[in-house]
Amino acid sequence: MKHFMRFSKISNAFKEVPSQYVYQIDPIKNFEPIKQFRVIDLEGNLIAKEYNNIPKETLNQIFDLMISIEEMDNLLYMSQRQGKISFYMTSFGETATTVGTTAALQPQDFIFPQYREQGSFMWRGFTIEQIVNQCIGNHLDGGKGRQMPVHYGSKDLNIVTVSSPLTTQVPQASGAGYGFRVNGENKIAATWFGEGAASEGDFHSAMNFAQTLKCQTLFLCRNNHYAISTPTDDQFRGDTIAGKAPAYGMRTLKIDGNDLLAVYNGVKYAREQIIKNKEPFFIEFITYRIGDHSTSDHSVLYRSQEEIDSWKSGNNPINRLGLFLKKQGLRQFNDDHDNQIRKDVRNRVIAALKHGSEQQSPSIQDLFTDVYDEVLPHLQEQYTELRQHLTKYKDQYPINKFKGGL
Amino acid sequence: MQLLRKVYRFSSTKHRFASDIKSTNRQKMNLFQAINNALDIELGANPKALLFGEDVKFGGVFRCSQGLNEKYGTDRVFNTPLCEQGIGAFGIGLASVGYTAIAEIQFGDYIFPAFDQIVNEAAKFRYRSGDQFNCGSLTIRTTWGAVGHGALYHSQSPEAYFAHTPGLKVVVPRDPIQAKGLLLASIRDKNPVIFFEPKALYRNAEDEVPLDDYELELSKAEVVQEGKHITLIGYGTQIRVLREAAKLAEKDGVSCEIIDLQTIYPYDGQTLVDSVKKTGRCIITHEAPQTCGMGAELSALIQEKCFLHLEAPIKRVTGYDTPFPLVHEPIYLPDKFKIYEAIKQSVNY
Repeated sequence: MKHFMRFSKISNAFKEVPSQYVYQIDPIKNFEPIKQFRVIDLEGNLIAKEYNNIPKETLNQIFDLMISIEEMDNLLYMSQRQGKISFYMTSFGETATTVGTTAALQPQDFIFPQYREQGSFMWRGFTIEQIVNQCIGNHLDGGKGRQMPVHYGSKDLNIVTVSSPLTTQVPQASGAGYGFRVNGENKIAATWFGEGAASEGDFHSAMNFAQTLKCQTLFLCRNNHYAISTPTDDQFRGDTIAGKAPAYGMRTLKIDGNDLLAVYNGVKYAREQIIKNKEPFFIEFITYRIGDHSTSDHSVLYRSQEEIDSWKSGNNPINRLGLFLKKQGLRQFNDDHDNQIRKDVRNRVIAALKHGSEQQSPSIQDLFTDVYDEVLPHLQEQYTELRQHLTKYKDQYPINKFKGGL
Repeated sequence: MQLLRKVYRFSSTKHRFASDIKSTNRQKMNLFQAINNALDIELGANPKALLFGEDVKFGGVFRCSQGLNEKYGTDRVFNTPLCEQGIGAFGIGLASVGYTAIAEIQFGDYIFPAFDQIVNEAAKFRYRSGDQFNCGSLTIRTTWGAVGHGALYHSQSPEAYFAHTPGLKVVVPRDPIQAKGLLLASIRDKNPVIFFEPKALYRNAEDEVPLDDYELELSKAEVVQEGKHITLIGYGTQIRVLREAAKLAEKDGVSCEIIDLQTIYPYDGQTLVDSVKKTGRCIITHEAPQTCGMGAELSALIQEKCFLHLEAPIKRVTGYDTPFPLVHEPIYLPDKFKIYEAIKQSVNY
């Protein structure tokens, strides 16, 4: 009896509500697209004046970083072609989204990245050297040389390590955001993913869990129009990705991702809402992948140079921010100064590549560590077997490449 | 709101064997009650522990979470939407930021949507990050094994898929006392653990379970019955079947040593090897299909380490290489007669 009494307050009891019914077949056919939030126009003119509220110093730091990343990406792309690193992914055209977002978050917020967010890493202080060392996989890499290039992670900066399987990080961010809520923490879990990644099942799981369980999670979709060669027309229908979010019951913003001020303000607003309401928030940034998907891609095979150029010159985040800063008198544009920034970055990347390539790889033992919190007996046995083999056939293996050798 | 608090485990004791537990403070419990007790203890001791999954809130379809939502509240013991891939990922995310995530997958047969998250993410989280991150405080509890009428999708034993994944631990208890201790050890282990609970034993297995907070060591096999002539290796429900088969063999004068693997991966090979070096004969049994089951792995290890001690080939007595059947279940299962027959053949080789 006690069991039945506990459920006597039935929340799904039937109630007749006449306004719930229609008496004609009138299906939903049209999806009114959500409009993109914008503050500055394509020429950097300020349109939405009330959002001109970012400190001058911050804006300049953001601009400096955006051009630095462009320079670094250029060089590291070339270094892959030269065989210095095995692989690289640039972020041309998308740094307003990544840098602007991270500047608007708090340092204690956890970020669950996809793979094109060097802007997030570097805003928080991830250095060129750390990037290069990870790409090379030497013993200085925080990831101990375990992963392909661009799979950065930083415990110090609260950015969870990148993993290749797509979208897996998104529902993990729902989990993290749940923990932050139930423990009353002033922290959110912010997760990046592309519009292609949003087709994965994990995206749906993440959204449903986050809203249903009230997670302090911020969903950040970089709609850059391509998933490798697949354009958005082959990826989804409906109102881009943002159009899906309200269906989960989630607060949603679509933002012009190449408008730094819109990005910054939108993310700041979203974060405040998350902490205040203890519910997730969804942002889609409309942007464009100016570069190839990666060094293994040659994008003119599936898109025209005209299309690329239309964004590169017509809607370029660096140009728009630069023009805004110039027109508002927030930055003295001086060829020498900006060229110096770029030159310093280039020199630093070159030095990091040189220094990094001279370093040894992590130790042979590091093949076996971190599988578990300790090296368990069966792994100890396999390590011993490997050592014996390497000792016997030492001339056949690059033993001295590994720190500590044998 | 709970604030971060250091977790004190004054009263948790660690043992290798249940027989080492001296406590007289015991209560008769079946398997689901023992699991419930373990969960209650952890939720009580660790404010960052959370228990979640489908139907967990009302007490769970197998009653494992009975009373826990009332006691600890909906923030900590809660229903998730019906989505195994989400449950797995959610648990990983929680664990990665320091929470103790106890995720329930209602049937092991439905764990596969979460396979990507478990194998590609949970198992590799620490390694790929250079130990900057880990999801060691994740435990996935799920049901396991034949139940008499479960057919294809309520009877599976999927342990082998996960035993092939470095970075995971896989545990299967044989009875309530082991289950409680192994579950607490699994939850507190600093690595992601998949904990398979034999559903056939939820109500049928009963024991006087210590009420204390205790853990039983992972990666340690237990010799549950000593013997001279042949080593019988199994886990979970199959231990009972082995005991029955051993009784049949005893009538023929064959003394059987029965070993419960307990932790499927990483397993305690040493105990198995020591035993087979003593007996010279070995049978491995599991409900899961024969090809690439745990029997295959253990056979390989034992023949490698005990080759010169073997008096007969190692025999696996397992489910057939078919999906798990319904009406054919009584002839599908590796029952006591099949094991007895295998013992006879081994002894007479």
